[in-house]
Amino acid sequence: MAHFTKATSVKDWLNQRLAIEKVEKVMASEYWIPKNINFLWAMGMILVVTFVLLLVSGIFLLMYYVPTVDEAFDSVNYTIMREVDFGWLWRHVHGVAASVVFLIIYIHMFTGIYYGSYKKGREMIWISGMLLFVAFSAEAFSGYMLPWGQMSYWAGMVITNLFSGGSLHANFLVEWIRGDYVPAQAFLGRFFMLHVLLIPVAIMGLIGLHFAALRIPHVNNQDGGEIDFDVESKKYLDGDKAGSKVMRFANDFMSKDMMVVGIFLIFFFYLVFYNYGFAMDAVNFDPADGLKTPTHIYPEWYFLWSYEILRPFNIDLGLVLFGFAQVIFVFLPFIDRSPNSIPANRRGTAFKVWFWLMLSNMIVLTAMGKLPPEGMFSAIGLVSAILFIVQWLALPIITSMEKKV
Amino acid sequence: MKNKEPIILIVVVFFALLTYYLVEPYAHSVMHKHVESEGFSYADLPTIEKKGDATRGQELVMGAGACVGCHSIEVAGMPAAMEPQMAAASYGVNPPDLSNAGAIFDAKFLVDIIKNPAHALMVEHKFDAEKGQMHPMVPFYGAGGDIDQEIADMVAYLQSIAVKPEEVTPTMAFENACGRCHAVSYENWTQIGIKPSFKDKKDSLAFDIKLLEYQDSIKAYMGKLPPDLSMYIRSRGEHYINTFMENPQSQLEGTAMPRVGVTAESAEKVIEYLEDAGDTKRHEREEIGMNVMIYIVIFAIFAFLWKKQVWRDLH
Ligand code: HEC
Ligand code: HEC
Ligand code: HEM
Repeated sequence: MAHFTKATSVKDWLNQRLAIEKVEKVMASEYWIPKNINFLWAMGMILVVTFVLLLVSGIFLLMYYVPTVDEAFDSVNYTIMREVDFGWLWRHVHGVAASVVFLIIYIHMFTGIYYGSYKKGREMIWISGMLLFVAFSAEAFSGYMLPWGQMSYWAGMVITNLFSGGSLHANFLVEWIRGDYVPAQAFLGRFFMLHVLLIPVAIMGLIGLHFAALRIPHVNNQDGGEIDFDVESKKYLDGDKAGSKVMRFANDFMSKDMMVVGIFLIFFFYLVFYNYGFAMDAVNFDPADGLKTPTHIYPEWYFLWSYEILRPFNIDLGLVLFGFAQVIFVFLPFIDRSPNSIPANRRGTAFKVWFWLMLSNMIVLTAMGKLPPEGMFSAIGLVSAILFIVQWLALPIITSMEKKV
Repeated sequence: MKNKEPIILIVVVFFALLTYYLVEPYAHSVMHKHVESEGFSYADLPTIEKKGDATRGQELVMGAGACVGCHSIEVAGMPAAMEPQMAAASYGVNPPDLSNAGAIFDAKFLVDIIKNPAHALMVEHKFDAEKGQMHPMVPFYGAGGDIDQEIADMVAYLQSIAVKPEEVTPTMAFENACGRCHAVSYENWTQIGIKPSFKDKKDSLAFDIKLLEYQDSIKAYMGKLPPDLSMYIRSRGEHYINTFMENPQSQLEGTAMPRVGVTAESAEKVIEYLEDAGDTKRHEREEIGMNVMIYIVIFAIFAFLWKKQVWRDLH
């Protein structure tokens, strides 16, 4: 057994039992961050803050939400929006945060791609990040079912139908997922459980993994330069703060994180109070009605690009390509064969074009996913979907031709 | 080293706004037909040339006009002849009380509805007299004199007994113009009035039965039960409801919902009623929004100052 002495202070008491000083060093004051990074590296902290907003507002909503098909709609739109003090505020915070978190996730992902932050020992950061993306997608989808409005019902219908596998007609699978022939009480009940328990727990675990994966390789930097963290941190600790290439996570980089979080929150609360419509689809304020199909059925904006990869093709090919699009990002560290891990603009024309084309094309896919698939829009959607697939197939080739710079 | 942050910020904001523009304003402009309001001017209805006389109008409304055969006029001491579900069984819906019709409905519209209800209500696709499809509200064929003068007199009478236009409340406007067809459960409104809180369960059930009978009649009359409008201010939005109320056919061709003919001011009141039902906390939202914004800006300023202080030694 370890030897304990009479504590001289509360801190000492805790230190003997929890090694809090050591922990503080490992996690904060001697967790070294390169100095040459920009505000895009604060996106991770914004994601943490947004996740906390989601968690807290969700807990308040959970106190009044009733997960039954008869009462869900009114418990949200009447009880929470009208009766409960500030219920409307929690609901708007929750709804807007759920949408904005994806905007930040996409910025965070493309930052990673641009700076090559998924390479050279950072593969696990990327993979855990993609698992977070999957978990957040499942969380957002299950949450969208809960108000039991028209879009909840019909999006639930359309998405669960995908599991029939097109010509495989695996209807048993669809029924197994729904617990019924159509989305009904069993369906709502299980998505409620997933949304408030299983997926949030998984997300918290994955955030832990994501952070753990960051600790050893450290974060990348905007020049892709390799930094000797031992030498640089010694320089810092010896007093040459200005000359060292690294800084402490806390308080050095955290102060910048907080500054960016501050600006983000201005934007966020502006949306919550004055421009929340984009995050809370109007159609979902009509109660679910299995007999009345809405004129336009579309998922929330952050799923539109993958929805559009499904839509232009016949159902079987569409499902295959949709499946491809869902998983391909995970494999990026292994598909990118380039010896370089530097920013995209210095990796030669081919990858530079690839990056900006991928970004623009995903925006085009997003737009076409929402627009009705008619005339010009379906033609553009088809071309974009093919381009998306072709780009991923071409990536190993263009990156293996890349010269070391 | 050059500071790249401004340009990075521009790139991020540009792509975010572009995406927003495409999936929100642009996509919605493609998916939903845009209908402009004409300000409830009812330009398709003839202008009124005659000046009405309320005293003669009273005689007509109570007598030859036969209005009180179907409508109650409570302020003039004419209560409803039958309970709403009974009236609906005869007419499809309960003809609204006319006490405040003069303030809520547009004068041109009133003239037209007395003369030709199916035309004013824009339901001629359902009620074509030539094919023997009679509108449940019988047109006024004249009392022997100049029919236009007689109608002008009746409208003048309805206006004389009504509250002043500025005294129309949101509830009054909604109940008169929409309440006979639409429930608003979040305001406790049913098509046959606000459901009282009964002590005896039997009374409560009796009320429900009347309501169900009433709803059966409207279903038969309209082809479907008109929807509960509790959350429509969020599901359809103010612009849609406004233009729909002005002319339902403009957005849902062939719909059974009649043009109700409210004045522009009453339309505003109807919207306010629906906002109270489905966007109850909007005033609180604006007030708290302001305070939160101020608080967050102060937070951001402090965060900025902290960063500056911490980073002073780092360069
Ligand atoms: C005589 C009955 C009647 C009256 C009076 C009436 N409505 Fe309707 N309303 C209907 C019916 C029937 C529908 C369903 C129309 C359809 O789906 O074709 C409807 C549908 C609606 C809709 C939904 C349209 C959509 O896009 O689905 C709105 C909004 C609406 N009414 C608003 C009003 C307002 C506001 C008033 C009062 C100013 C009003 N209604 C008065 C019968 C009525
Ligand atoms: C045979 C019965 C009957 C008679 C007589 C009758 N009405 Fe009506 N009236 C109705 C019915 C039924 C409605 C509802 C129609 C609907 O909503 O589709 C109605 C509706 C109205 C409305 C409401 C229109 C709206 O847009 O909401 C007004 C105003 C009105 N009547 C005025 C009159 C006046 C004035 C007279 C006398 C000249 C009159 N009515 C005579 C049956 C009658
Ligand atoms: C909502 C969930 C997420 C949270 C809370 C989160 C949080 C963080 C944090 C705090 C950092 C360190 C600071 C920074 O570089 O921004 C980070 C880095 C990183 N994250 Fe995430 N992240 C999430 C999702 C993702 C996703 C979806 C991906 C994409 C696959 C991803 C990929 C990365 C990568 C590659 C890095 C390393 C960046 C570098 O080294 O420069 N993360 N994340």
